Amino acid sequence: MYIILAWRNIWRNPRRTFVILMAVIIGVWSMIFLGALMRGMESQMLKNAISTLTGSIQIHHRDYLDDPVVNNSLDDMGRLDTVLNKILGQDSLWAKRVRVNAVVSNARHSGGVTLVGIEPEKEKAVSFIGKAVTQGRYLVKEDKNKILVGRAFLKKFNTKIGNKLILMSQGTDNEIASKAFRIVGVFRAESEAVEKRFAFVPLPQAAGMLKMGNSISEISILLPELDISGKKEVLVAKKLVAALDDITIDDKTIDVETWQDLLPMMKAYLEMSGFFLYIWYFVVFVAMGFGIVNTTLMAIFERMREFGLMKALGMRPFQIIIGVITESFFLLVLGISVGTGFGFLSVAAIARNGIDLSALAAGAEMWGIPRKLYPEIWAQDVVVAGLVVLVLGIFVSLYPAVKAARFTPTQAMTKN
Amino acid sequence: MKLMRYIRWRHDMAIVEIKDIKKTYFQGKVKVEALRGVDLTIDKGEFTAIAGPSGSGKTTLLNIIGGLDLPDGGTVILDGNPYAQMNQASLASLRLHKIGFVFQAYNLIPVLSAIENVEYVMLLQGVPRKEREKKARTILDDVGLEGKYNRRPTELSGGQQQRVAVARAIVSSPAIVLADEPTANLDSKTGESLLLMMKKMNKEKKVTFIFSTHDSMVMAYARRLITIKDGRIVNDETK
Repeated sequence: MYIILAWRNIWRNPRRTFVILMAVIIGVWSMIFLGALMRGMESQMLKNAISTLTGSIQIHHRDYLDDPVVNNSLDDMGRLDTVLNKILGQDSLWAKRVRVNAVVSNARHSGGVTLVGIEPEKEKAVSFIGKAVTQGRYLVKEDKNKILVGRAFLKKFNTKIGNKLILMSQGTDNEIASKAFRIVGVFRAESEAVEKRFAFVPLPQAAGMLKMGNSISEISILLPELDISGKKEVLVAKKLVAALDDITIDDKTIDVETWQDLLPMMKAYLEMSGFFLYIWYFVVFVAMGFGIVNTTLMAIFERMREFGLMKALGMRPFQIIIGVITESFFLLVLGISVGTGFGFLSVAAIARNGIDLSALAAGAEMWGIPRKLYPEIWAQDVVVAGLVVLVLGIFVSLYPAVKAARFTPTQAMTKN
Repeated sequence: MKLMRYIRWRHDMAIVEIKDIKKTYFQGKVKVEALRGVDLTIDKGEFTAIAGPSGSGKTTLLNIIGGLDLPDGGTVILDGNPYAQMNQASLASLRLHKIGFVFQAYNLIPVLSAIENVEYVMLLQGVPRKEREKKARTILDDVGLEGKYNRRPTELSGGQQQRVAVARAIVSSPAIVLADEPTANLDSKTGESLLLMMKKMNKEKKVTFIFSTHDSMVMAYARRLITIKDGRIVNDETK
């Protein structure tokens, strides 16, 4: 009967119930919808960063990140391949690269780029480049003296497909190595900076130009699932470190880095953004909490004589508190359910086409924010939003409940 | 020996024993001495009316007997339970198990039906659902509300509402029923019918009733009439 009593009590004043329900529904909806936008943005930023040649894990020569020159390269690929096959299994993908800073020039312009020698077929599965070609064609293993450049690069160098570019860098013999490449394709990336920065050639071409033999600069590994917390990557990296410790290649040690090591800014941003999301939840709740307290207090004062009667009949103070809390519980659960439903519906409505942020592209690009934002609902956020509203909602309802329970029957029954 | 036996008999017979109770409260800044040393004993099975003009202290006295309010001085014992040694929770338990209340107005819980209002006290007492329902139906039949079990208070007349309140007050066989001006909001015909019903319960079920009233009809029906004025009992007569 307590449940019947609470349920009927909340519908005694439908208008008031509707107002408080709206507050809870809008609050929960905003928590879920904005949370989904934020998570979608985080996830896409990370995916973009990972597919922009970072990967889940990278393996380098120990000194490569501090001094990315051709001399700090990985050798003895046969033994490395054996370890990778053993530890990563068949689901994971990896690709070898030569990656070196170079100077590129044509008849009118010159500038710095990162020359990336890739295994075209493997690279397609590991990074963005395979799907990013918008003009011309992608590279093939057999290509000789062919280069793939970004759309912004093409514009900056005022050149076109079929034209030649001269690349210069330092070879392993410490002499300047240079080679002419013909543009076969143009790629488009999420940011113009990436389009200007990277130029891709087949790995044998880069290695040949730089006299690297069978050496490479890095191995980029893409794990089957992206873990935004980075825990899976750390686990795999640890296994790789343990396995690679047994290998000594030309007396050099090998470093294994996860995306968290390679993208410290991204790591910090993701941690901070999760924290801000929960602050947002709390702020929304505070606004909602005032509404809950105010409405519950109004309902309590209206029914003060009734509480007096209940106490006169033998109801104990804690039973009054439980009665009021049960009413709040119903309101909150109803509001949370409907708010969550609306949250899911509104996310579903924009999930297919996303939100176009290209108008903000210049500003967004600086932070690696994608041109199109696709919301992403995390179960954890839905649970936290629901729990924040439910637990704190019940907590703030305690104040009016205790107030109702503290009056003596005669005090309560003489209240107007 | 005879005197001792008489004293023990008196003690066994008494349901309410009040000695020298005093109660003062403030109306704004004005001090009101509602009770100025009241002594009273009510026996089991009595049908008593406490009468007096407005502000004489009759409702205060009834509230103190019912444990809704505590006196500033003096002792109250209900069915062998001295109030002085009880906290709010014990008083609530005493009200739940020993006392039935009928108030002048705001008597029923508006969101519950007639039968649910009657069941409510038994629910607090922990009576099983089926037993609650059976007892509630029987008592509603007894007070003439057969077939009106599921009506909400707003769907009942004033007299019917008071009958539900009486049914709720006596359903769990309390030691005493306290009724604060139960006929005040009823027309004389409905009021009389309610009184007759309570008188019948008093006779047949030996339920002790104490009324506070200034209704002459209630006074006429009462077997014992206690008159209170300015916080003191000025007359106590048994018919």
